[in-house]
Amino acid sequence: MELIFHRKVLIIVMSTNNKKVQLAIIGGGPAGMSAAVAAHEAGVRDILILERDQRLGGILPQCIHNGFGLHRFGEELTGPEYARRYSELVRKYEIPYMLNTTVLSLTRDRKITAVSESEGLFNIEADAVILAMGCRERPRGALNIAGSRPAGIYSAGTAQKFVNMKGYLPGKSVVILGSGDIGLIMARRMTLEGAEVKAVCELMPYSGGLARNIEQCLNDFSIPLKFSHTVVKIHGEKRLSGVTIAAVDENRRPIEGSEEFIECDTLLLSVGLIPENELTRGADIELDSVTGGAKVDQNRQTDAEGIFACGNVLHVHDLVDYVSEEAAIAGKAAADFIFGKKSEKISIKLNCDGKVRYTVPRVITEAKDVNVYFRVSNVFRDSYIVVKDGENEIFRRKKIKFAPGEMETVKITEAMIKNAKGDTLSLSIE
Amino acid sequence: MTRKITCIICPRGCEMTVDYEGKKVNSVKGNACPRGSVYAENEILSPVRTLTSTVLCEDGSVIAVKTDKPIPKELIFECMKEINKVRVQKSVSAPDIVIENILGTGANVIITGGEI
Repeated sequence: MELIFHRKVLIIVMSTNNKKVQLAIIGGGPAGMSAAVAAHEAGVRDILILERDQRLGGILPQCIHNGFGLHRFGEELTGPEYARRYSELVRKYEIPYMLNTTVLSLTRDRKITAVSESEGLFNIEADAVILAMGCRERPRGALNIAGSRPAGIYSAGTAQKFVNMKGYLPGKSVVILGSGDIGLIMARRMTLEGAEVKAVCELMPYSGGLARNIEQCLNDFSIPLKFSHTVVKIHGEKRLSGVTIAAVDENRRPIEGSEEFIECDTLLLSVGLIPENELTRGADIELDSVTGGAKVDQNRQTDAEGIFACGNVLHVHDLVDYVSEEAAIAGKAAADFIFGKKSEKISIKLNCDGKVRYTVPRVITEAKDVNVYFRVSNVFRDSYIVVKDGENEIFRRKKIKFAPGEMETVKITEAMIKNAKGDTLSLSIE
Repeated sequence: MTRKITCIICPRGCEMTVDYEGKKVNSVKGNACPRGSVYAENEILSPVRTLTSTVLCEDGSVIAVKTDKPIPKELIFECMKEINKVRVQKSVSAPDIVIENILGTGANVIITGGEI
C-alpha cells in the first residue's frame, strides 16, 4: 500500500505499478514528439511519451488549414500532415508512447504519478523529464462580460474541434471576440461552411494574429474587423440571441454611447492562450509571470535540474515550426543531461525594456550561439532590436514592423557572451 | 494604379505596394523574397487560394481534405459545394484523391486528415 498526496487530497494506492525510464515526456503534441525524436537522435533509447488524448498530435489534427511547415520542411502543410511528419518518426524510431494517460503530479526529483484506463494509477521515476503539455484557451469566465449565460458561446478552438473533427457547425450567424489566429481561422472556416460571420471585435488597436490570416481569413470574405471594440453584453435565454459591442478608449474601457447590438446565435472567443502549468506549479518550478511558463536557460532547462520545458507550455508560439525547433533543443539537452555531459557554466541574464515583453531563455549558462525568442508589447514601425552590454551597444537590427502577434528572434553569439563585461545583456526596441 | 497587398505566402506577411494598369503589373515593392512579387502579380491578374475543408465519411464522421494546388479565389464557394457532396469510406487515408480536377481547375481534392 502506498500513500500519495495529489493536490492536497490523499490517494491510497493498493498496488502500485512502478516504472523507471531515462526520459519521460509529458504531452504528445508537436513539442513532445519533436523532443522525443531529438532525444532519440541524440542516443536516448529509453523514452516514454505520456499523452492524455486518444491520439498523438496535440491540437494539430483539428488545425486542418494549411500554412504549417514552411520553416521546418520548406513546404506548406496542413496541421494533420505536419503532425504525421513527426508521428511517423516516433513510430520509425519505435519510441514508446501511452495514450489516454493523464499525468496527475510531478515532483522536483522527477517522480511522476499518472493514470490510464489500462494501467490504472502508476508511478514513473525518470532521469530527465520534458514538459510539453501545451496551452489552453482563455475562457469566458476570465473576461467578465455582463449578461445571461445562454448556449452558443464557445472558445474558437472548441468550435474548431466541432467543425473539423466532429462535423457539427456550432451556429449560423457569428460574432468573434478577439483576433487571435484561431479566431481568424475559424471566421473563414465557419464562412466556408455557410455561416455568416458578422464581425470580429478586437479590444486592442492591433491584431494579435498574423497579418496573412487577416488577409486570407477576413479580407477575402469581406468580414469586418473592428479594432478597439469589445463585447459588453450577452443577450439570450436558452440560446444566444445577440451581443452588444462597444468601442473602447485608450484605457480599454467601453465608450458610452458607442454601443451597438448585433443579432447572432454564436459568439466565438479567441482571447488568448494560457500555458498549462499545473504540473509545473505542483513541482515548485519557478514560473515567469509574463509568459506563464517556466523560467528556463538556453537548453530549456527549468530551475529543477533535469526538468525541461518546450513548446506552448513554456510560452505561446505563433508557429508550430518554432515549437518543433524549441522542442528539439530541449530533447537534445535532456539527452546531454542523461549522459552526464557537462560544460563550463556561466550565468548571463537577459533583461527586457518593456517594449520587449519577454525573452526565452531568461538566462544563458553556456558560451555558445543562442537564438533568443522574444515578443514585443505594441506595434513598432521602422524600429530596431538593440542588444546592450551595460551601456555598450553590441547589436542592432532594423525591422519594418514589430508586432505583438509575431514572435521574433535575435541571435546572441558566442562572442557577445564571452565579451560581456557584466552578468546581464539587455534587449530593447528603439 | 497602386494597391497595398499583404502577402500570405509565409508568416512574415510582407506589406507590399503594387503599381499596375489594368492587368499589367509595373512594379512590386516591399516584398522580402521573390515569392512575394509572384503572389502580388497573381493577386492583380487572377488571385488563387489553397482550399482546406472536410468531407463526410459514410459513418457520419468527417475527415480533412485540401486542394493539392491553389484554385481561383472566385471558385472557392463553388468548390465547397462539390466537396460537401462527397461521401468517402472510413478506410481512406492521406493523400488519397477524393475529387479529381475539381471544376476543371487542375487541382485535386486530397485527404489530409485521418490517423496521426
